[in-house]
Formats: sequence, structure tokens, C-alpha cells
Amino acid sequence: MKILGLLSLLATHLSANSVNIEENAGQFFSSGHTNNWAVLVCTSRFWFNYRHVANTLSVYRSVKRLGIPDSHIVLMLADDMACNHRNPKPATVFSHKNMELNVYGDDVEVDYRGYEVTVENFLRVLTGRLPPSTPRSKRLLSDDRSNILIYLTGHGGNGFLKFQDSEEISNVELADAFQQMWQKRRYNELLFIIDTCQGASMYERFYSPNLMALASSQVGEDSLSHQPDLAIGVHLMDRYTFYLLEFLEDIHPASKSNMNDLFKVCPKSQCVSTPGHRTDLFLRDPGSALITDFFGSVRKVEITMETVNLTDPIEQVEQNFVNEDLQKESYSYVDQLPVSEIIHQGLQLVNNNPGLSHPHLSFTGQSVCCRPSSISSI
Amino acid sequence: MGLLSDPNRRRALIGLLTRLNAPICVVCYMAGVAWFMGLAFEPFTLRTYMSENAMGSTMVEERFPAGERALATGREFAAHKKKTGGMPVDWLVKTMQSRGLEVFTQRFSRRLPFPDEDKERYMVKGTNVYGILRAPRAPRTEALVLSAPCTAGDHNNQAVGLLLGLAQYFRNQVYWAKDIIFLVNEHDLIGMQAWLEGYHHTNTTGMDWSPLQGRGGSIQAALSLELSSDVVTSLDLVLEGLNGQLPNLDLANLFYAFCQKIGVLCTTQGKLQRNDWDSVSGYSHAVQTMMLMAMKQASGRPWGDHGLFLRYHIEAATIKGINSFRQYKTDATTVGRLLEGMYRKLNNLLERLHQSYFFYLMSSLSHFVSIGYYMPAFGLLGVILLLRVSSTGYLTQFDVVQRSLHAKSIVLALDGDAGLRPVGHGAGLEGAEAGGRALPGRAAGLHRAHQLLPGLHPGSHAGARGRLRHAQRAKVTRLQRLGDRCGSVRSLTSRSSSPPRRVLSAFVLVVLSPACTLLFSVFFFQELQEMPVSFLDGWMLYLSVISQGILDHALYGSLVYPLVALLVYPCWLLFWNILFWK
Repeated sequence: MKILGLLSLLATHLSANSVNIEENAGQFFSSGHTNNWAVLVCTSRFWFNYRHVANTLSVYRSVKRLGIPDSHIVLMLADDMACNHRNPKPATVFSHKNMELNVYGDDVEVDYRGYEVTVENFLRVLTGRLPPSTPRSKRLLSDDRSNILIYLTGHGGNGFLKFQDSEEISNVELADAFQQMWQKRRYNELLFIIDTCQGASMYERFYSPNLMALASSQVGEDSLSHQPDLAIGVHLMDRYTFYLLEFLEDIHPASKSNMNDLFKVCPKSQCVSTPGHRTDLFLRDPGSALITDFFGSVRKVEITMETVNLTDPIEQVEQNFVNEDLQKESYSYVDQLPVSEIIHQGLQLVNNNPGLSHPHLSFTGQSVCCRPSSISSI
Repeated sequence: MGLLSDPNRRRALIGLLTRLNAPICVVCYMAGVAWFMGLAFEPFTLRTYMSENAMGSTMVEERFPAGERALATGREFAAHKKKTGGMPVDWLVKTMQSRGLEVFTQRFSRRLPFPDEDKERYMVKGTNVYGILRAPRAPRTEALVLSAPCTAGDHNNQAVGLLLGLAQYFRNQVYWAKDIIFLVNEHDLIGMQAWLEGYHHTNTTGMDWSPLQGRGGSIQAALSLELSSDVVTSLDLVLEGLNGQLPNLDLANLFYAFCQKIGVLCTTQGKLQRNDWDSVSGYSHAVQTMMLMAMKQASGRPWGDHGLFLRYHIEAATIKGINSFRQYKTDATTVGRLLEGMYRKLNNLLERLHQSYFFYLMSSLSHFVSIGYYMPAFGLLGVILLLRVSSTGYLTQFDVVQRSLHAKSIVLALDGDAGLRPVGHGAGLEGAEAGGRALPGRAAGLHRAHQLLPGLHPGSHAGARGRLRHAQRAKVTRLQRLGDRCGSVRSLTSRSSSPPRRVLSAFVLVVLSPACTLLFSVFFFQELQEMPVSFLDGWMLYLSVISQGILDHALYGSLVYPLVALLVYPCWLLFWNILFWK
């Protein structure tokens, strides 16, 4: 990865910026991470917990916008709000009232859905102890150079988070899971955000290095929901995530906002509860950690016109200019989808396509899910 | 040592109870009555609140537009009803089908044991018509019911019209997770009973009905609509059902929340809510509302078509539209919106309503007391019965026996409540009627047990009789309604030896008879409803109440008539024995 970065510097030219390239090069890898992952979990089901699904999908949307691809996001939604029978706008999940922003969209890829969102599956995803048959989209394939963002939302209490109305995960279990991740070298730095009632209790027990945690409320406080939508009939978002989303909408891949700005999101006047954070386990100064270190997947590219002296000279290949006309073969692109061939060859090509029968493929939004059928979707 | 295991303390306690028996009884009685009256005092009540999380607040947007069209449909219904002289089945079936519902009918017939007071009919025959709106995306596992009765004459036409208007509006929405059944029942409660029995495949009352062709899953909640005018000034909520059963308080809370949101005047028991709870008239208003609710529950008859749903554990209520002389009128569109909001919230339910109270008394729509608060009043009246058991000499004898004989067997013998073999005649209680046949047997058993007691002269006849009398009374007066009679009658009959006293006691006994109590209650009920009646009207009403009670028992299985006839009345008859005991 390092060699790739240096080669990218060499390959392009830039004018006007007389910054010392070598210094910048050193700065690029100050965070020490080379890839980003995100694990976004919504733990509650039932129609009146619409806002938890909307919370998770908003963070998913921001994280994708800032560059983390679907292959690096593990999205767990405990219930299907878009196709719930009570949704007056099927196949949509809105985060702003008057239906301004549909966070469900066309390209949501849900990895764990419905009853698959359990404490056991969550811990297995984090620690990597999954059966060999688990597809890649359901795995957290992080290494020791990965920065991971973990976002949890649902109903919680002092020291626990409720999964699916039937089980809980305690703060001790979570802390132990993170310690396992540290021992297995599964993360470089980890940012943990939780939006539940008494959320600060969940990060009290962390003891592994390089963890930073944010919560929407302190112990003894409830996190409140933000806005109801009368047409849909439920609360759409929680306050903390609503203001977090607003904050993230201002972040673009090149922004230099750091974690101290993130701590200021949703003060008590807006959130009614007191958001908390914990940085004592984080080895760097939070001011030096960029938002995009966790929320985005930024390729460090800087275009420069200057040359950099490498230690080994590159061998110049002798070029013999031949003046005669070289036979230049003309190349053309092959037709990627030979439609005419397919049509004329008939149906035999369709059966050979393995991707269509994969059960965990992306959940396309608009009209697919909501056929009237007597089989429940989850 | 404990209070009851230490013999000295026990003796002291028993002595105290026997000495101060009458005063303690009086105090308990006063305390019970005062407690009950105090329940209506507003600081002692709780404000109503929504307990069910899934229903949430009134956070929906109601958009029902077609009130006027609903009223036009109602007028059409009225015309067809007059033409057919009963239920216009064909027109209803056609109209419901045109609105996209699955329509079915049910025929029923019932032979009444005797013709009822108002309608003088023996045989009741009718048809129920109901249409099912299937939820567009949900499996057909749960249902909600909206019903309007088809009454003869000019009543409830607007209710049926609104029902059909709502059916058309609901059909166009995609957010229904439960099927909605729109039911128009004929002959009010009889038709409703036939429909419910057909729906749940039970046949408890011997009615004859055709099986239902279409069903909708298990019913989660039901609302019955009674609307007889184009505009209403207030909406009244009726909760009391068969045998005094009430729906879950959350249904009333839902109704009240929507009334407040939409701005419709809402009442319960037909009485408007007042804000001046600290004034005398405000307090008496609240007491009247609560007494009305208690009396309606005591009558055991369903006070609206919803009353029969409660037996099947379906939360149901009746909404009555009242048009009185008030300036601010609510039109049909607003009533439709209120119902739409309620149904959207009921649609969000995942389970049956169970989070809030099932036993409560409401002094107004926004204040209630739960059973935990009103039961101590009746508990205090029950304590009086226990105290009477322990009166004059009974417990001292008990103590003697306890010390000298084996405790268990004698306790059983003296108690005589359960398990003692009834001896045929013995004690010579001639006056016992059919219902009380078991009692003289137990009394005779006691008499025999008395003969087992050592150290008691057989000649202390008076003492034994007194003991018998007291023991009898203890068994007999187990019911709450007899608590007051016990308190008053006992004090008069305990030492009734002189003829004037006997005459007085007899007069009191007649006044406190079930028949007279019912007569007074009828007049009292009319007073509470602010519709006082003359004596003649009251007497006719009283006769109709008795016949209606018997009819209710025959038709729907109401328990009040058997209770009064088989329990209360024989007990009262026994009092005559006590009174004229020689």
C-alpha cells in the first residue's frame, strides 16, 4: 500500500503548490490506517421503532457518500420498515419529515436482516469467528491497518443494549469483544458511536487501546426522538443522529474537520440529553484525528509537478525510434454484453449467471419488495 | 410471641373485638362508604395516560374528506329501510360491494321466553350484513371491527352512512395491517350476539344462526357507532358491557386523546367534564358520574352493542353522537376523522390491548381510579362480616374449645362453612325456602357440633341459639350488597324480643329487600342521569328492568338475574327466620 502511494506521487504533476512534498507524504500516513470499515447496527424491531432503522440508514448513507464501499460496510437492520404493512409509502424510509429525504433509496445493501440480527451474530462479526460458509458481504475482513466505525442504535439501559426485544448485550461483553479484536489485530483505530437511552454506560468498560467512543446520553438520561411525521405516523429520527447527520452532510472527502468538532455535535440545548465521549484509550490526540479517518475511505492522492528523488535510479529503457511506419494494429473494445448474441442464442445464457440466484444480493428498492403476497418478507 | 399465637394476647384481642364489636362495625361501614365517596375527589384520582407503546400518541394525519357524501348515503339507507320495513339487505350488499369490500350476510332467529316490554315480540328474525376490507399487503391474521346497528325508525341512519363512507375511504389506503370488518347488525344486541357466536364458532345461548361464510382473523378491537343526527355537539363514550365488564382503559384513553386533538367535546355517562373539582357542585358532579358507572356495571346488561364483544376478550366501546342545544357543532367529516385516527392507531397494535387497567372507575374521561384504589372500600364492608362472626361469646367459646380439644376437628365443626355433612332436618328451621335448603343442613351440623362441646350446659339454649344465629349470618351474608343490610339488620334483630321492635325490624327488612332496593335504585339512577321520573313512570321502568334482566339472562347469559334470584333473595328470606326466631 505504501509503495502504491509513493508511485502515485511520482506518476502525476502539479503546479502552484510549493509545499514540501516529502513532509506531506509523511503526514498522509500519520493515522496509520490504510482501509476503512463500518459496522452499522439497528437492534430494534416493530413499526414504532421506525426511527432506529432511519438512524442507521442515515449513517449508512453518509458513510457511503464519503467513500466507504458496500463491500466494506456490514449493515444490520433488525426489521424491515420499508416493506412493513403499515408503511403508507412502501419501499421508502424517510429521515426528514414531509418526506424530504428517502434514506432507503435504490442501492441499499443490507447484510444482516430481520432475525439474523442477534447478539451472537454481532459478536461473531466483530471477532471474525464466522463459519466458513459465510459470504464475504457478511464478514468484517479488517486487518491491523483498518479504521473501523461501529454505530449502534436501539433501546438501551444502564449497561445493556436490547436486541430484538428478546436479548441484550452488556457493556462488559462489548468491551471483551473489542479486546479480542485488538488481540487478533483486527483494527488500527475504532470509533464507537451509540445512540440509545443511557448510552454512555456502554463505553464505560472499554479497556483496549485505540478506542474512541461517543454516546447520545449519559447514564440516567433518555435519548429523545426528534420529529414525528404525521403522514407516516411515527417518529422519524432520534435527535442525536439527526444532528449528527446534519453535521456529516457538511463533510466532504477532503475536509479537515477533526474529532473535536464531532464532540460538539448536538449540545444539550438541542439534544435535551447530554452527549458524552471517551478518548482516554485513544493514543493520538483527538484533534489530530480527522472525521474522514473513520467516516470516509479516503484515498490519499496529491497531484504534484515536482519530482521526488528516489534512492535507486530507474533504469532508462533504450528506445529505438524506427522511422518507418510501424504497423499499428487498431484495437477496439469488445462488446461487454453482446445483446444480439444473447437474444439469438436464447435462454441458455441466463441460467449460467450465478449472481442472480445469490440470496444476499442487494435489496433494490422501488417496487420489488412490496408485491402483495401472502408470504411475509421476514 | 406473635399476636395470635400468644394466648394472653389472643384473649385480649378477642375480648376487645367482642366488646367493641358494634362500634368497630359502624366505623368500618362509615369508612367504607367515605372511601368510596372520596374516590371521586380529584386529587385522589389519576389522570389517564396511554400505556400501550405501539399506539403512541395521536401522531397521525387524518384526511377523511367525505362527510357530506356519507350523510347522503345515510339518507339513502333510511329510504331503503322504510321501503323494506326492516333491514335493506340487498341494497347494503350492493353498496358494500361497490366499495370494494367482500360482503357476506348472516340470518338468525331467536324465540324469546316472553315478549319484551317495548316491542311485544316473541320471535325475532333478522339478517346481519358485513363487509370485510382485506389488508392489501398483510396476512389475514388480525381484524378490527366497526359496527353500526340498524334500528327501526329514524335512528342510526347517519351511523350506517358514516360507516359506508369510511369503508370507501379506508379502501383506498395502503397502510392497513389488519382486515377491517364493517358490520351492520339488525335487532341490536340479538343480532350482534348471533354474529359473534357465528364468528367464534360458539353457541352458548341457544340462538339459531346461519354460519358465517367469510372471516377475518382474530379481532383485536371493535367500535360501535350510534349516530342519529347530521351534526353532533358531543360524543359520548359507553364502556360498560355484559356483566359489568369493561374494555381496557387504553381504548378510552385513545378516544379521549383524539377528542382533545381534534377538538370535539367528549363525555362519558352523558355528563360533561368540569374543571372545578374543589367546589361542592364540581365534586358532586364527579361523584354522580362515578356512581352512574358503578350502577351501570351492577345492572349487568350491555349498554351498547359493544358489550358483547368483551366476553371474547375483544376490547370494544360504543361511541354515541349526541345533539343537544349547544352552539358549537361538529360535522360528520370531523367525526369521520376521529374514527379514522383511532383506527390508524389501532392498526399499529402488535398485540391485544393489555398494558392498561381492566378494572377501573372513571369520574370523568380524564380521571380514573383503578381497582387497587376502589377495592379497599368493599374490603372494609367485608371486614364487617368477619367482625360479626367474632361477636358475642362465639370467639370466647371458640377459645375454650381450642384449648381443651383437638384444634382442627373442632375448628371444622364450628366453622361449618365447608365439608360438613348436611343433616336433613334437625334444627327446625321451617322458614327456609328452596334456595336455602343447604343452609339448614349446615346449621343442623353446627347444632350437633355444639352438642359435642364439653363444659357447656345443654341448657344454655339462648347462648347456643345466639351462636347459631351468628354463625348462620356469617355464612349467609357473604355478598357485598348485603354488607349494609347486615350492619343495620343485625343491630336490630340481635335483641329483638319486644313486639314494637319486631315490627320496626320487619319494616326495615321490607325496605331493604331486593325488590325495594331495586325500586329505589331505579329512581336513584334516573336522578343521577338528571332525568327524574314520576312514580308511575318509575314503576313501569322498574317492571321493565326486571323483565329485561330476565331476558338478558336468557339471551346473552347475563349473571345478575341468577345471582339475585338464587343468592340474594334466599338470604333475605332467611333474615325473616332470624327475625322471628323463637
